[in-house]
Amino acid sequence: MTGTIQNRESFLNTIASSLGRDRHPGKIERPVWEFQPQKEVLKGATPDQLVEVLKTQCLRIHTSVVVTDQTGLAETLAETVANYGGGPVVTWKDNRFSEWGLDPLFHNEWPEQDIEYYEWDHTKGRENIRQAEKANIGITISEITLAESGTVVLFSDQDKGRTVSFLPKSLIALVPKSSLVPRMTQAAQKMRQMHLEGKQVASCVNFITGPSNSADIELNLVVGVHGPVKATYIIIDDL
Amino acid sequence: MAMKIGVEEFKERVGKGINDSFMRGAVAGAQDSMGTRRLSAAEELGNWEDWRSHGEEIRKHVLENLDYYLEQLSDNVAKRGGHVFFASTAEEANDYIRGVVASKNAKKVVKAKSMVTEEIHLNSCLELAGCEVIETDLGEYILQIDDHDPPSHIVVPALHKNKEQIRDVFTDKLGYQKTSKPEELAGHARETLRQDFLTADIGITGCNFAVAETGSFSLVTNEGNADLVTSLPKTQITVMGMERLVPTFEEMEVLVSLLTRSAVGQKLTSYITVLTGPREELDVDGPEEFHLVIVDNGRSKILGTEFQSVLQCIRCAACINVCPVYRHVGGHSYGSIYSGPIGAVLSPLLGGYEDYKELPYASTLCGACTEVCPVKIPLHELLHKHRQEIVEKEGKAPISEKLAMKAFGLGAASPALYKIGSKLAPAAMNPFTNGDKISNGPGPLKAWTEIREFPAPNKERFRDWFNNREKGGNQS
Ligand code: SF4
Repeated sequence: MTGTIQNRESFLNTIASSLGRDRHPGKIERPVWEFQPQKEVLKGATPDQLVEVLKTQCLRIHTSVVVTDQTGLAETLAETVANYGGGPVVTWKDNRFSEWGLDPLFHNEWPEQDIEYYEWDHTKGRENIRQAEKANIGITISEITLAESGTVVLFSDQDKGRTVSFLPKSLIALVPKSSLVPRMTQAAQKMRQMHLEGKQVASCVNFITGPSNSADIELNLVVGVHGPVKATYIIIDDL
Repeated sequence: MAMKIGVEEFKERVGKGINDSFMRGAVAGAQDSMGTRRLSAAEELGNWEDWRSHGEEIRKHVLENLDYYLEQLSDNVAKRGGHVFFASTAEEANDYIRGVVASKNAKKVVKAKSMVTEEIHLNSCLELAGCEVIETDLGEYILQIDDHDPPSHIVVPALHKNKEQIRDVFTDKLGYQKTSKPEELAGHARETLRQDFLTADIGITGCNFAVAETGSFSLVTNEGNADLVTSLPKTQITVMGMERLVPTFEEMEVLVSLLTRSAVGQKLTSYITVLTGPREELDVDGPEEFHLVIVDNGRSKILGTEFQSVLQCIRCAACINVCPVYRHVGGHSYGSIYSGPIGAVLSPLLGGYEDYKELPYASTLCGACTEVCPVKIPLHELLHKHRQEIVEKEGKAPISEKLAMKAFGLGAASPALYKIGSKLAPAAMNPFTNGDKISNGPGPLKAWTEIREFPAPNKERFRDWFNNREKGGNQS
């Protein structure tokens, strides 16, 4: 469905006349910028170097990092969840969890240990939000990971609820090593590329850098305000 | 006009500010810690000047082609199913938003921090219409429950309040029973507001940068409140000043990086959220309906004038954090939601000289603001231009700089004050002595020395000075 646009013409005419010209008739090409410092940051860094940069940055953003590989993932995840006090756990509905061998953990081990587990299911409507709200831990997957800032990037869709990363007390993000890039520059390029190739950009793209925090009271840093209080990134060596 | 706060005259406001010793200490502390964090975040990049130049070229290009990019933006928002309303005035914006609220029969609105909604006084307008409006940014929330105390800083709105005062407000208004520890106060706000997020009918946000090519917009926060505002209520309204946009994601990224580094010295804040249209059909969270309100409210009158560059502003507050005058008098003295150097330039433009003609005189023209501005707005030159225009219009200055400074309790622009300003500026990045000039005009030092004959500041680096200086806000 197309939305409505109101009052546009007179509004834009006013702008053009303030600028002392007529309205722009055609398309404006994106300029060739004179300065591009963003492309120089961590240029040519190897995946291993990016992992190191990410780890160092995570020390500054109150975020734990664990590195594992596909075989060690289930155990690492189980441990991390246990350290955060167990369930309830909520996750996206995402095939990659199965591909990475997490089914036994989600569907057998946790139920046996009385760790409540809920998988996002859009057919259940608002129930998903109720589940996310009562959850202790939310688990998501980073599509693009920014080494410089220690940021995971999440794309929403019907199976990847936005609130999985905001309502639970703690956030665990699974980070494929192959998703690492130097900084936000590469993520922006990818998103733009998707758009130019005719793919619709997700209605919500979240760049998440550690747990939520605030310095609004006497500039004292308080970690954990509206979003998660704690965050762990589990890097999976998939290269 | 709407952005005005308080009814007191300039001198009374300033007097109050100067006599509030907590506020002055807090402001000084904030300037020091934020200044230092910004400085190190900028230094870390190595080529900060290139970053600033890139920020400037992007913002300039957008302003020169603003009609084109706004047309593209609105087309793309509509393509994704969002509704766009162009509001020439604050009243038009408020009327439209009130209409949406009424059509949804909404009783409760949750809001994420937004300067432009403050500027148009949206909250009081919705409250008059019988709607409960809840600010969810912790600082804004504190001010709101304290009977709408006005903000004193554009990034840290409750900077003028200490934690005991905040505890007292919580006790009075929320029945809070714990201590004044920031963690406990924030924890209480988290619990209280969680229920509001879950039960609100409408979420309202501002917009850091809209992206013309895709009809997207980004929100930059640390608390995560904007994410709950935009994922839980069924209807979302986003209000943006008409200049807050960029061509594509790639430019958005650069400005976000400049903003987070300049505002809080972080590489990125905890949450940068890029939203496009309402949610997809099968999505569970995110709004079913999305409205974008694009506000002029005096901005188009600035376009095409000598003051156009002020619209490059990305509201990072770096200029505020280095301003020696702000340090001395605090945010409320400016009588506008926009304080500090950006406020002294912008408030007279949006609100008129009638109310704000003293502000351009409340400055030492030391140029510290210009040096830190991540998009290279020549702030001190614009202040100087204001003075010229005021004199032309009125035949005389409404108040001499000497008097304005005296009202600010500063004596006539003392060299000591100038020193503070120039040292809060990133001396290490942009040394006064290496011949670097601000490309839009003479360097700050030159501007200053033309007006005053003061000794050039010595080259003691900011950090050394910071480590040696006394605590508190006294500097005369
Ligand atoms: S004028 Fe420049 S330094 Fe001041 S708030 Fe705006 S962008 Fe930041």
